[in-house]
Amino acid sequence: MPVRKERIQGPDIRRYEFRTETKPVYIAERGLSRRVVEEISRMKKEPEWMLRLRLRGLEEFMKRPLPGWGPNLSGLDFDAITYYIKPEGKATSWDDVPREVKEVFDRLRIPEMERRALAGNVVQYESESVYYNLKKGWEEKGVIFMDLDSALQRYPEMVKEYFMKCVPINDNKFSALHAAVWSGGSFAYIPRGVSVEMPLQTYFRMNERQSGQFEHTLIIAEPGSSVHYIEGCTAPRYDENSLHSAVVEIYAKEGSRVRYTTVQNWSKNIYNLNTKRALVEKGAQMEWVGGSLGAYITMLYPCSILRGENAKASHLTISFASEGTWKDGGAKVIHAAPNTQSKVIAKSISMEGGTSVFRGLIRINKGAVNAKAHAVCDALILDDRSRSETYPHNEVLEESATITHEATAGKINDMMVYYLMSRGLKEEEARSLIVLGFLDDVLREIPFEFAIELNRLVRLEMERLGAVG
Amino acid sequence: MKNLRINDLHVAVGDKEILKGITLEINRGEIHAIMGPNGSGKSVFSNTIMGDPRYKITRGDILLDGESILPLKVDERARRGIFLAFQYPQEVPGVSLSTLLWTSINARNTSRMDAAEFQKRLKKEMKRLKMDEGLTQRSVNEGFSGGEKKKSETLQLSLLSPEVVILDEPDSGLDVDAMKIVATAVKNYTITHPDSCLIVITHYQRILRYIKPRFVHVLVGGRIVKSGGYHLAREVESKGYEQFAGEGNACA
Repeated sequence: MPVRKERIQGPDIRRYEFRTETKPVYIAERGLSRRVVEEISRMKKEPEWMLRLRLRGLEEFMKRPLPGWGPNLSGLDFDAITYYIKPEGKATSWDDVPREVKEVFDRLRIPEMERRALAGNVVQYESESVYYNLKKGWEEKGVIFMDLDSALQRYPEMVKEYFMKCVPINDNKFSALHAAVWSGGSFAYIPRGVSVEMPLQTYFRMNERQSGQFEHTLIIAEPGSSVHYIEGCTAPRYDENSLHSAVVEIYAKEGSRVRYTTVQNWSKNIYNLNTKRALVEKGAQMEWVGGSLGAYITMLYPCSILRGENAKASHLTISFASEGTWKDGGAKVIHAAPNTQSKVIAKSISMEGGTSVFRGLIRINKGAVNAKAHAVCDALILDDRSRSETYPHNEVLEESATITHEATAGKINDMMVYYLMSRGLKEEEARSLIVLGFLDDVLREIPFEFAIELNRLVRLEMERLGAVG
Repeated sequence: MKNLRINDLHVAVGDKEILKGITLEINRGEIHAIMGPNGSGKSVFSNTIMGDPRYKITRGDILLDGESILPLKVDERARRGIFLAFQYPQEVPGVSLSTLLWTSINARNTSRMDAAEFQKRLKKEMKRLKMDEGLTQRSVNEGFSGGEKKKSETLQLSLLSPEVVILDEPDSGLDVDAMKIVATAVKNYTITHPDSCLIVITHYQRILRYIKPRFVHVLVGGRIVKSGGYHLAREVESKGYEQFAGEGNACA
């Protein structure tokens, strides 16, 4: 089917998949070894404790087998990957970013977005950030926002206090790998009572083939503060696989409010295996919003631990599993205190032979009196070649808790298509509108700039399908 | 300026023939009513004109301005000016009424309507239909009351300005006040669009009192068993459909 091939390479998708010629200043030798890990730490002039932590991570990683469940990861060749690529320079003004790198982000409209809609911006290219900026005023209020490597140099004690405390090194094989070779990512510190009105954003870009990106995000929201943090990611497409394995740790202290939004549009040759977790204290509110469009295999189950009374979490995600991709996603919520509340809304779309899997874990500990949990998991399957699976798992150890779970899986309703077509919409327009409608309650939570992008991508995918089917 | 001709239309659902040879001619500016009991094929008739893929035409033709529309898909028929106000309008979760209206207006017109102009017209028509403005931000038909659904269909009619209008039981599920509002809006439409053809499909006469069709057809058992003027509607109302049962069979 040559028509289909060409459609997949449609110009707008390719906008993200372009490759640029940039010269890194340092490229680690391929594969993983003690020498590579030590070299990364030495290059970064890290404190001794961080090197020891890295080596512990390496040891854990080597010890552990690949997960015995979920998608097939056997195609992942750990020896073929380059774990650390240092790009040129680090700037706090777009003018100082090397021209070739800046062009990449200009094409992705990142500087434009910063001017219009962000309070701060960190931009990572390969293993390290090439740019970071926090808009005037926030620094005086004590807000810190920079790449994590810089934060480790400038605020080593603070980083040490929080780094891999929420997600322990030995949480899973990939958190251990991450500990060993992490690089870049961002550090956001919001002091007590400060509300950062515009979002802070980090943008990740992988460019080299067969590389790994292991950024670490650390967000600390002090009591009564609030912040909205956004991540976006893209990469060019190669034939060889690359690996992205991030860790996100969020500390939402008493009465704080943290929203973490991510829009992932990695190219379809990337293994995307992440661990993200938030510790949510008394009266705090944690919101996860995720749009997962790209990547080859994704494993991601953001977790909220509600450990203070009245803590709340919401997990809203949409994911697309298209040709050849496997989206293994979900949400974990641990209710560990009275009157805690959680809401999970997961929407998935499977098409062209893609597989969507939702794994939900909701645990209500004994003593989490009157905890309430609500989960909705909806799957839309667009053709006969595609699959969707749902594995909800609820553990309720507290009698006074209430837990509700709804799940639907289905195809596009023909009567809806007919109704919209009777108003003059072409079949593919009708289908695309129905899909957008299916995603609506999550899409409306995604910030405007990203929602437009997502809407556009969804429409593109649908138009492509319309043209095929 | 359109006219719609239906020639010896036979329609089947699966193996079952529902419409057994319907012939009708509706010229521009005319209002026709099709009355019939439950199960007579009224909705199959209206949906077949719209192009509902569930129904298979086994014989006959539908011509718009002398040209068969059978090869045309639903959306192509809509863009040629055919509009169906559904008896049971479909819910479309997550798609707001205003999105539907805006998308369909732009799908039917070659030039894009100005957004401000759209808002102005929308407001005006909603006021006329006594609709709550908040309804446009809600998902199409989801959780709408019976009255809101019918008003929403009528609102779409007003904004899309079609030339061939089929109203499938526009009065069902409406209280008297809502029925009057909908009927008045439809009547008003025929006045402001004097070249349009209008087919009202109904069970009861009450809405016809407002719309005043010039032609009334009685559909029983998949056939038009009697045609006449407006007086026929009253006759049906007073004597019921029983009287036509024999005529339906006679044609068999």
